[in-house]
Amino acid sequence: MDFGLSEDQELLQRSAAEFLARECPASFVREVARDEEGFPRGLYRQMAELGWLGLIVPERYGGAGLALLDLALLAEQLGRAVVPGPFFSSAVLATLALVHGGTSAQKKAWLPRLATGDAFGALAWLEASDRLDPAGVSVRARKAGTAYRLSGQKLFVTDAHVADLIIAAFRTAGRGEDGITLFAVPRDAPGVTITPLRGIDLTRRPTEVRFEDVELPATAVLGAVHKGWKTLSRVFDAAAVVLAADSLGGAERALELAVDYAKVREQFDRPIGGFQAVKHMAAEMVSEIEPARSLVWYAAYAYDAVPRDASRAAAMAKACLSDVYSRTTNRAVQIHGGIGFTWEHDLHFWFKRAKWNEFAFGDPTYHRERLAQLARI
Amino acid sequence: MDLALSPEHETFRRKVRAWLKANVPKREPEDSITEYRDPRRVQRLKAWQRTLHGAGYVAMGWPQEYGGQGAGVMEQTIVNRELVLARAPQQIGMMGVQMVGPTLIQYGTEDQRRRYLPRILAAEEIWCQGYSEPGAGSDLASLKTRAELVGDEFIVNGQKVWTSNAQIADRMFCLVRTDPAAPKHRGISYLLIDMKTPGITVRPLIQMTGDAGFNEVFFEDVRVPRENLVGVLNEGWRVANATLAHERNMLGSTTRTQQMFNGLLHIAQTHQRYGRPASADPVIRQKLAGLMIRVEAMKYHSLRQLTDALKGRSPGIAASVNKLVSTELNHDVAALALEVMGNYGPLARGTAQAIDRGVWPYEFMFTLGLIIGGGTSQIQKNIIAERGLGLPREGRGVTGDQKKGVTGDR
Repeated sequence: MDFGLSEDQELLQRSAAEFLARECPASFVREVARDEEGFPRGLYRQMAELGWLGLIVPERYGGAGLALLDLALLAEQLGRAVVPGPFFSSAVLATLALVHGGTSAQKKAWLPRLATGDAFGALAWLEASDRLDPAGVSVRARKAGTAYRLSGQKLFVTDAHVADLIIAAFRTAGRGEDGITLFAVPRDAPGVTITPLRGIDLTRRPTEVRFEDVELPATAVLGAVHKGWKTLSRVFDAAAVVLAADSLGGAERALELAVDYAKVREQFDRPIGGFQAVKHMAAEMVSEIEPARSLVWYAAYAYDAVPRDASRAAAMAKACLSDVYSRTTNRAVQIHGGIGFTWEHDLHFWFKRAKWNEFAFGDPTYHRERLAQLARI
Repeated sequence: MDLALSPEHETFRRKVRAWLKANVPKREPEDSITEYRDPRRVQRLKAWQRTLHGAGYVAMGWPQEYGGQGAGVMEQTIVNRELVLARAPQQIGMMGVQMVGPTLIQYGTEDQRRRYLPRILAAEEIWCQGYSEPGAGSDLASLKTRAELVGDEFIVNGQKVWTSNAQIADRMFCLVRTDPAAPKHRGISYLLIDMKTPGITVRPLIQMTGDAGFNEVFFEDVRVPRENLVGVLNEGWRVANATLAHERNMLGSTTRTQQMFNGLLHIAQTHQRYGRPASADPVIRQKLAGLMIRVEAMKYHSLRQLTDALKGRSPGIAASVNKLVSTELNHDVAALALEVMGNYGPLARGTAQAIDRGVWPYEFMFTLGLIIGGGTSQIQKNIIAERGLGLPREGRGVTGDQKKGVTGDR
């Protein structure tokens, strides 16, 4: 029985933390926030060299072939540094869609390029209804000879504007799970229009993607026709866990910033960290974060090692960490007082990312109900 | 990371489980209650611990020369977990096994170890803890019970309060003030007191549950031999902190929390609340799921700490986080059970119509006591903030170390 990290995993954590502290300080995040694309290509080239973009790409496609726990540990560090850009969209969502749903030809065509950062991917799933169940995929892909014609609007597609490949979920039959097909859509395919949206989280870039009679060959079907839901489900669980890990890292950093501030800021002739009200807020943050860390580790581990518990564990981790991150950043801002509320202070990057994380891939209420069903409560 | 037990540990677990199946006595209805008015119940519980010790399952980590097995943390963890799953009776000698025993191993003389440790294991001697006083609760170091060294004896005068087990205890490990002139932390000594010594009066205190779960203990010129001092005279505070730090192995208590939660789930699924099963109500489902998340988080958290212990890593302030989180979680589980049960909830223990023999309102009250005892939640938060995060103590500035922004060992 070993509920701990291997030496390699601890090394990954440490080296990622050091690299990001150096290459992606808050001042850099702030710079990128002002950028229209929000995509720091130089940083991503370095991340590619470190093998981060292909961390879970199987070795035979040029990746490190590691497990979701390793990816979660890396994601935690990325969350800690609120790293902007398409890591989540490309290295997690699009990559996993290919790994779980693609044919060998499709994996061979795209995974090596995603792993090296030669290409980037995005996942187009949600629509205006903002639903995560099968009914949320209503845009239709109609057969036209051997080809398909895709029409409709996809919403909340992060990073489509910098993606080379958009994996899009369309309905090819019926209304339920059976009848959802994933398509590998090149971004420059005729009929694809991408409109960037602005979110309060400046480290994530949502877009609207319109498909107007986008014609694709049968080879663009990811895996088998009508069978895309299984892939989406697996991607969903991984996304939940990775976002939970991102939230864990972010919460940890917010706590740190608050504690450091409380040690130096003086009021009433003493550091405010000496007042019990502040101490207790900080202690509550610790007592929420540490058990949550154990839950994330388990969920990431279960994704690969305990498949029958993977979905339940993912739901628990996502629900828990969404609340923890939001509560922690709320407390951290309050500990900073007026300064925490300014644009000039860095804390709002974490505060806003917490909110994005909270609602992406199911909010806490959604996941608690999901948990209740999976655990047969 | 690998959650499976090794083949040796899996074999051991099976062995323990089989032994318990054959040896756990039939569960008595009052077994969850820590009150010892009935002498037959006390004898039954002592006999159970003796039997358990005979099988080598009590304090397995203690050195063999004192009656332990010299075994590792993993074996004791497995035993603790199986004890809870088998709904075994509580161990009446827990204070000796988990508090004063390890303290004597660390700070006691060889004579003290040989004299007391084997009897602790076999429940031949029951111990109680003389710490809190009416004027010294959270501020334990302000204790005033005085022990004056006269020749070869200490003469003890004063009063202790909240002393669980005192009415059945044979011995007390007691914090006394031996140097009133010294700063408060530096004039304290740790004494072992025979409860049959003339001058000791035990008066039960009734808890809101209705049970006399703890006591006041009065000392009037109580004579304690000098050899009953543990550690160095006036340096008892350090010994006391060692006792406070000997946290129970987490897995045992998280198993108990899981059991309680499973009990809650069962009620929610079977009890009709406003015309349908409580668990069919979406709001109740949200609360149940929310508790499940907290219960599971603590389960995996205890596995992580167990792994750290096995790897020899310092626990830091983990004990305080555990105590704070677990006690509040247990109380919230009991609270939701009452909510689910509606008017059945406040029906008292043993009354007709009560669900689960009325154990839930008892648990609801008792778990609040546990939030307060052993260091209140507010004290735990102070400890976490000060020792874990380096935030300054009340009324003081920040030390050099604290300024470095060290967030400490968690």
